[in-house]
Amino acid sequence: MSSKLVDAKNLKKSFGEFVAVDNIDLSVQRGEVVGFLGPNGAGKSTTMKMLTGFLEPDSGDILINDIDLKSEPLKAKEFIGYLPEGAPSYSDMDVSEFLSFIGKMRGLNKKLLTTRLDEMAIQISLKEVWNKPIETLSKGFKRRVGIAQALIHDPDILILDEPTDGLDPNQKHEMRNLIKTISKNKAIVISTHILEEVEAVCSRAMIIADGKLLANETPANLEKQFANKDIISIKVFNKINAVLAKNLKSSINYGEVKIEKLDKDTNIIFVSDDKKTPELNAVLKQVNKFKLNIIEASFVKSNLEEIFRKITTTNASS
Amino acid sequence: MKTYLEKTYIIFDRELKGYFRTPLASIFLLVFLALSSGMTFFLGRFFERDQADLTAFFAWHPWLFLILMPAIGMRLWAEERRSGTIELLITLPVTNMQLVIGKFLASWIFTLIALILTMPIWVTVNYLGDPDNNVILISYIGSWLMAGAFLALTSCLSALTKNQVIAFIISSISGFVLIMAGFNLVLSSVRSWTPTWVTETVGSMSFLSHFSRIQMGVFDLRTFIFFVSMIILCIWINVQLVQIKKAD
Repeated sequence: MSSKLVDAKNLKKSFGEFVAVDNIDLSVQRGEVVGFLGPNGAGKSTTMKMLTGFLEPDSGDILINDIDLKSEPLKAKEFIGYLPEGAPSYSDMDVSEFLSFIGKMRGLNKKLLTTRLDEMAIQISLKEVWNKPIETLSKGFKRRVGIAQALIHDPDILILDEPTDGLDPNQKHEMRNLIKTISKNKAIVISTHILEEVEAVCSRAMIIADGKLLANETPANLEKQFANKDIISIKVFNKINAVLAKNLKSSINYGEVKIEKLDKDTNIIFVSDDKKTPELNAVLKQVNKFKLNIIEASFVKSNLEEIFRKITTTNASS
Repeated sequence: MKTYLEKTYIIFDRELKGYFRTPLASIFLLVFLALSSGMTFFLGRFFERDQADLTAFFAWHPWLFLILMPAIGMRLWAEERRSGTIELLITLPVTNMQLVIGKFLASWIFTLIALILTMPIWVTVNYLGDPDNNVILISYIGSWLMAGAFLALTSCLSALTKNQVIAFIISSISGFVLIMAGFNLVLSSVRSWTPTWVTETVGSMSFLSHFSRIQMGVFDLRTFIFFVSMIILCIWINVQLVQIKKAD
């Protein structure tokens, strides 16, 4: 028995000429929350559809709790709770009716179903809309109903395609807390294009673009790996002519020095280096030598957002 | 086996209740009753014929079903595909066959309810005269089987599109071809470019000729087998289509 609840190897899927997913490996252990990151159309949803058995991969294998999804789909699907993109549901049904339909289809007996429905009403805060038709609900509630149907049978594996899409900031916060709470004994895969979400809830980030896996790291490791993209910016109240610019550049001993004119009398000096993290103190010392009036100096740590942009755009263009 | 049937039943149950969740069911039942009795009394001249039978009632069923069965069945798969709920269904631990059968049975039982509601006309004819009730019973069964064939065809075709209106139109057109299959209108277009056996096969698929035999009270096993195999064939194709078209 391996500790991997989801173990997918060499997944490939094309639609005609278009290669949606190109040789992706993915494994998730119990207790892990994997954030699936990528621009729109990168292949996130297609990968999730393959993991849940909705789409068959052109090649590659998927093991769900050590069960081969291809040869024993019904058995494997029992372990998965899935929120498809857009959280579809039967809009003419009441919330309770819909959840009990899914629960019954998931094989819950009457007693267990009643217990789980009560738990869902509280855990996902659905009490106030419990007997309302889904079509009358707000987007936030619809999304919660979608989460509830994915959780109704208390699955080991949760696959959530953009669980916070369309939610307001408070609802997003709640959703993330919920994911964190339930993540202890489950393997969770969420897809998103919101980076703060990954930083907030995920133990690992997988970045994909054009169907290819570009990075597979903890958010902290990703940041460390790309820390040399940190930038120092110094705003000065001086005119900087070409000669001064040249002298500045040669005396600041780092890879890249850029000077940008903000207005007539104000300039910003940007310092960065591909190989080492620039030190603010050292840079300020150099700038001071030129007797410049420093108004503001800051150290901009590269965040996940920049890393993401960097990874996905460089690879997409290369 | 038990869980297999249980899950098919859960799908069936949701679908059947779905008809009654909206005004669709009552509107449909009203239209069906109004049209079937209207045609019987006005177009079929029920009273003028002065015969204690329901020929005037059943004769219109193929034409009624041609419009009404696509109306009942058009949403079965088109709606699932449009709203994306097909993704929920397929990722549940059930087979496509269970889904297709559950949905089909729901629409078929709904039609049975509609047919049962026409029974006052049976009572009336018994009150007025002395009809052959066996013939009427066989006609009812035949009518329900024919409705099943129309529905299975509609369900199958509704898996081809996300648009219910398109599903309705292609189902009606296909149904029309099947009704008319024994007539020259259809046969002549086939005869010119296919071998005789094809023409004969097409001719033998006519819903109208099969149904008119039942209507005369002839318990022809071939006719029953025809409608049942039509249903089974469409269900099988339906399962394949769901598999092929689910992600489009």
